[in-house]
Amino acid sequence: MSSSENSAGGTTTPRLVAEEETSPGQLAAFEERIARGEKIEPGDWMPALYRKQLIRLIQQHANSELMGALPEGQWIPYAPGFRRKMALIAKVQDEVGHAQLLYRAAETLGKPRHEMMTELVNGESKYSNVFNYPCETWADIAMVGWLIDGAAIVNQTIMQTGSYGPYSRALQRITYEEAFHLKQGYDLVVTLHTGTPAQRAMCQEAFSRWWWPLMMFFGPPDRASVHTDILQRWALKPKTNDEQRQIFLRKFVPKIQELGLEIPDEDLRWDEDSGTWHFTQPDWDEFKRVIRGGGPLNAERLALRRLLYEQGSWLRTALEQAEQPRAAA
Amino acid sequence: MNDQESSAPIAMASMDDTARADLAIVVLGIADDCMLQGHRDSEWTGLGPILEEDIAFSSMAQDELGHALVWYNLLAGLGETRSPDLLAFTRDAGDWRNAQIVALPRGEYPFSLMRRHLHDLAKAVLYDGLIACGVAEVAVAATKLRQEKKYHLIHNRAYIERLARSETGRGPIQAALDELFPFALGLFEKQDAHDRLAAAGFIPSQALLRERWLDVTCSSLAAAGLRPPAHRAEEAWIPDVDPRVGGRSGRHVPEQVALLEAMQGMFRSDPEATW
Repeated sequence: MSSSENSAGGTTTPRLVAEEETSPGQLAAFEERIARGEKIEPGDWMPALYRKQLIRLIQQHANSELMGALPEGQWIPYAPGFRRKMALIAKVQDEVGHAQLLYRAAETLGKPRHEMMTELVNGESKYSNVFNYPCETWADIAMVGWLIDGAAIVNQTIMQTGSYGPYSRALQRITYEEAFHLKQGYDLVVTLHTGTPAQRAMCQEAFSRWWWPLMMFFGPPDRASVHTDILQRWALKPKTNDEQRQIFLRKFVPKIQELGLEIPDEDLRWDEDSGTWHFTQPDWDEFKRVIRGGGPLNAERLALRRLLYEQGSWLRTALEQAEQPRAAA
Repeated sequence: MNDQESSAPIAMASMDDTARADLAIVVLGIADDCMLQGHRDSEWTGLGPILEEDIAFSSMAQDELGHALVWYNLLAGLGETRSPDLLAFTRDAGDWRNAQIVALPRGEYPFSLMRRHLHDLAKAVLYDGLIACGVAEVAVAATKLRQEKKYHLIHNRAYIERLARSETGRGPIQAALDELFPFALGLFEKQDAHDRLAAAGFIPSQALLRERWLDVTCSSLAAAGLRPPAHRAEEAWIPDVDPRVGGRSGRHVPEQVALLEAMQGMFRSDPEATW
């Protein structure tokens, strides 16, 4: 769900971009529009680097929605009771719907869906690291719904103020739906946390497992991210990784503490002077390892998505054939 | 039944005890059908062959679980004391009254699509019959649920027709039809409770429902270029295969046990817990 955490990929200098102007002053006019807060629309002139970075952001976001359907979807058959079962199906359906919406937004920039799907299943295009961690128990579903979706809302609320019209509008709808996921997730956490001793233990264990992946959710500290400058200048990523992480902590730590869940970071504290949360840095080497494919479930998740895509090729072919004029008839 | 169609419906509370007990048996079968159809369709959520069908099957799964909930809730007016959660998440396989078709494993996409379609058509025909017939609460529920069936059928037809006219799709969708047809006939399994209610004019007979279903199903599939395993004799379609029955008396395919173990496992693991 986070479109921001990837630290791989190259940059191009703005000078190179200016060289492809088809008339003088195009880049300056483009940047003035962004400075005025205007949205850029699909047919408008845009620097090649803007298009490239935007496709990368939206594609990774779409991938994350689609990959995020796997860990939660796996729990649908086991969901206890009508209410949870229907809510979880609806939630995972939303994630797949978000993927569809975002792939379509990326298509407005000229990249077809099948190319993006192929890049995803071949491991050439990234998705959020959090979905390479397992959902071991039902309580993990609670944590993902409340905190991962909560983190995604922080990210997406910021991203929707970005400069590209179709992405911004897609994100408005997505955050609206994620807000329901957050409520469902919170309700699940409260139910488990106030439930039987076994449920309560399961809840705390899941929370402790998800804390560190959550701390990595917004990506590495600002100084280490190679994309941030150009993305901020063109209002593609209006806030930095660290700023987003602080917003998340300000919003969620008080709620976590109020519930009485134990945060597995003894050094976590509010720093009055800087007005920020001080926290222990997560293991950024682990973050890099997971990005490069070495996380607990990277191979498994991608293999499943690849298998599904290959199995779906039969249907895609059949539907294409059905659209052809009936020559044989 | 034709005589009953024009008379005013009666409330469940006004029915005699035998009729109420019979109606509870029939409604439980309908509810169980919906529940397991919904469960099986939700096995596509996140795993669909294309995004659009992933999303569509999730929607129809939710509809179907919603329908199950409507029917389980209706049972409360017929003397059932267990909540919908208890009915769906704590009964052993032998106590389920679904037709066998809905418990068959999810299978490949053409199988799931064709199962949906055959079952949707059966429920559409049933709901039409229940709307026209004698029990007020049942007619109200059927009216509401019938509207959603309309969209399921539009969806199913759009995909089945496209598969049927494609080189790649024709074989698999025909194979799914052949495999499922005997199980679909099992949706009209003879049930004494149903027969008594039909004889009293409360609901249409299984024979009539089956005839209507065969007509609409076989005619539309044949028009789409598929070969239903049935032949036309004068005005009616006669199946060429025997129905797979047993579900309405609690005899199910072996996979239903595994399905229920998965679906009920957590709920049953701690009867004291709230989930």
